[in-house]
Amino acid sequence: MDQVTANLYPLLKQVVGYIYPNEIELHWNLLIVIYPYITGLVAGAFILASLVKVFKVREVQPTYRLSLLTALSFLVVAPLPLIVHLGHPERGLEMFLTPSVTSAMAMFGFVYAWYLMFVLLLEIWFDYRQDLVTMAQGGKGLGRVLYQVLSLYSHDLSPRAIAFDKKAVNTITIIGIPSAFLLHGYVGFIFGSVKANPWWSSVLMPIVFLFSAIVSGIALMLLLYMIVTLMGKREIDMTCLDKLASFLFYMMIVDFALEGLDFVHRVYQSEESIQILSQLISQRLFVSLVVIQLLLGMLIPLCTIAGTKIFRVPDELRRLIYFISALLVQLGIFTTRWNVVIGGQLFSKSFRGLTAYKITIGGLEGLLVSLAILVLPFIVLAVLLKVLPPWEEAGHPVHPTNAD
Amino acid sequence: MLKHAGTNFITRIWYGIPEQVRHLMVPCVVILGALVIAHHLFVPRDFGLYGHYRASSVLENAERPIKYAGSQACADCHGDIVTTKMTGYHKGVACESCHGPAAAHTEDPENVKPSIPRTRSHCLLCHEYLPSRPTGFPQVVSESHNPVKPCITCHQPHDPKPPHALKGCEACHTNIQRTIVLSHHASLECTVCHDTPKEHNVSPREYAPKKPQSREFCGKCHAQGAESSKEIPRVNMASHGGKYLCWECHYPHMPEAH
Amino acid sequence: MRKKGDEHVDKERRTLCKLLLVGTCSLILPGAAGAVAEKKSSTSWYGTTYKPSEHLYGMGIKVDRCIGCGRCVDGCKKENNVPDEPFFFRTWVERYVIADDGQVTVDSPDGGREGFKGPTEEKRAFKSFFVPKICNHCEKPPCVQVCPVGATYRTKDGVILVDGDYCIGCRYCIQACPYGARFLHPVKKTAEKCTFCYHRIVKGLVPACVEVCPTQARVFGDLMTTASPISQFKRMHKIVVLKPHLNTEPKVFYADLDMEVR
Repeated sequence: MDQVTANLYPLLKQVVGYIYPNEIELHWNLLIVIYPYITGLVAGAFILASLVKVFKVREVQPTYRLSLLTALSFLVVAPLPLIVHLGHPERGLEMFLTPSVTSAMAMFGFVYAWYLMFVLLLEIWFDYRQDLVTMAQGGKGLGRVLYQVLSLYSHDLSPRAIAFDKKAVNTITIIGIPSAFLLHGYVGFIFGSVKANPWWSSVLMPIVFLFSAIVSGIALMLLLYMIVTLMGKREIDMTCLDKLASFLFYMMIVDFALEGLDFVHRVYQSEESIQILSQLISQRLFVSLVVIQLLLGMLIPLCTIAGTKIFRVPDELRRLIYFISALLVQLGIFTTRWNVVIGGQLFSKSFRGLTAYKITIGGLEGLLVSLAILVLPFIVLAVLLKVLPPWEEAGHPVHPTNAD
Repeated sequence: MLKHAGTNFITRIWYGIPEQVRHLMVPCVVILGALVIAHHLFVPRDFGLYGHYRASSVLENAERPIKYAGSQACADCHGDIVTTKMTGYHKGVACESCHGPAAAHTEDPENVKPSIPRTRSHCLLCHEYLPSRPTGFPQVVSESHNPVKPCITCHQPHDPKPPHALKGCEACHTNIQRTIVLSHHASLECTVCHDTPKEHNVSPREYAPKKPQSREFCGKCHAQGAESSKEIPRVNMASHGGKYLCWECHYPHMPEAH
Repeated sequence: MRKKGDEHVDKERRTLCKLLLVGTCSLILPGAAGAVAEKKSSTSWYGTTYKPSEHLYGMGIKVDRCIGCGRCVDGCKKENNVPDEPFFFRTWVERYVIADDGQVTVDSPDGGREGFKGPTEEKRAFKSFFVPKICNHCEKPPCVQVCPVGATYRTKDGVILVDGDYCIGCRYCIQACPYGARFLHPVKKTAEKCTFCYHRIVKGLVPACVEVCPTQARVFGDLMTTASPISQFKRMHKIVVLKPHLNTEPKVFYADLDMEVR
């Protein structure tokens, strides 16, 4: 008997009520919780970048390149939990070779590919091209070769070419905004379209996913901007930080309203599943939903950031509040994904019982692998920041893109 | 000359595209090419023939080994047992229901033998008393019915007639018997209300017992002027319960339940 | 006025056109011929005379006949090499016990494979019965809809099958099935479920669960034939399907099903 099956025996004792015999094994586990969390960060970071280019919010200009690089680092790591989770990862290519057009999951593969190739990579390349060419011309040895390859051996630095670059970036960003919406909205749709599961099946699911993604993305950029700036021994632009916190605040209000609407709607309609779902919340999801997602992840950050708006708070304290709030938001959004993915599988489709999920520490789908996958994007980001510096640094004549 | 004229036109268009876009096209073409090659190499040839799936998968599913031969197969060699079974209570029970999968036995009858279940626990899988079992299905309470003794001592599995005639109705209607025994109707024999032909024991579905059809039947004991025991509750048959039949409100096997 | 050079250009243009035509045809025609040949071969079902489109398989379940013996569960596991552990079932039996106050208790110990044990305290039940469950082989299967790669499909004779060699093990189909009929094979790591014993029914046999049921609570046959057990079953009983509001159009029909059954 394999380890996964052996782990199921103790779960039998934790079943409350009746579940279909096949439901004892929870199929979409921690790895599948991580996946929407990561793609959410991608969408959120990109939306923030688009605020600079499309909506001309000059205050958050310093985060533009950082957001794009963050989006890229998380996007390249995003397929990893999925591939690790597959029963047959070596057959994973089938999703691109023989996709079923009725399957949201299959179509998502193309949305992901489109977003990676035609939005994110293209935008970053056009934005950085001038610097890449300059660094290729100015560098030596391996570094020179690297930048030559990255710039695709391009060397046109004429005003006409630069103007084209800028126009390309603008166009791609405009296409990129609905693409980012599609990227994470689609993940919400993958869950929201499953009529068999009343916890998931909801028209609001893609919308809620998207807005919680934007919240988590902005919060992440808040954290990263502070960390990267301080690590590079630069000064934090407080206007930028305040604007980020403002956007975070307003997006959280929208997200809270949407989640509240979903809740009120369910309770008011009171469909057949309401009984088992209330049992689910009170018996299995109380801590993760009420305490962490709502209280710690939503209400406390909302109140503290509102506090910085109402009261005159010194810079130091504001930075601390923003930092802690952003961390709580990350925790809250991660737990939101947990509540959706795991929560949806903790109750039986017979509406008569609850089961349990036991995280393993080791193993391919265990806690250690999951933590490694969560840390990996930051490592990728560190590498990207070295190769593609977002701001002017000594020795790297970087032309900061102007928001025009 | 054609080449010269053509190249001019193509060259004009080509160099009209910005340099960076021209360089971008290279990785694009490479990726596209890789996808086309992958499609040709890796998609199974029979995919999409009948629908969006690999056609040979249907055949793979259809060619799995068969383990249960089916009751027809047993008759070929064990005709005598089949004939015995055909007239008894187990006529609807497939041979392999008790003897397990026997397709291998039909392939190699001498060396591969199906199992012969001889233990009590095997028969009790079907015949142990469970209140959830439908009424009319023969059941025993194993603790009191010849405990420890193997069932086949008294019952021949291929023609499981009970060794002696059944005393009452509780062998097949145990749940009803256990219900009625707690009610005031406990003293009533089943046949008082249910006119039962004697063949019912042998062919239950063919010779079904009758059920009372009118209010007057219950009135024989429960009417105001009925000639029955003094403890029996009386009702005014004309007014009590309107036009409803008695058993549309009162469960005859537990009439006093409130 | 046409110059001499123009004639040369014309000739070159004609050569070019001819080249293009021949080249394109040589690329397309063999492919088209191959497609026509394959289409022709698809009219014979793997070289047999069995015509899948002339059959539509369905199952009927008489709830009042089920005695909860579990022979069907055991038979299915043996016929189809289903893993022995109590977490993987292609078919299973549920017991419903409705108390006097209306409270419903459902259980399915090891899927009902070794039958059920009686209640320890003799608490009188208002009503109690067994319900066999199985993959419903829906006409509008949500599992087929969500499979990203085409590893699960509906055959022309109405059976939903899984291609074990193509499945990538993403488990979307398991999530999408409203009836809990699918599971992930612990060793093969692909999705699995009841196949109506496809390997038996195309040879004229009945599924293993139908074969071994001692009370004929399970009925199987061809819905397209009027004189089949299933058509007769549909005619003579008031039938329902599970979760009709989900519009999956199951082909497993229940007679005498209580409202408490999900």
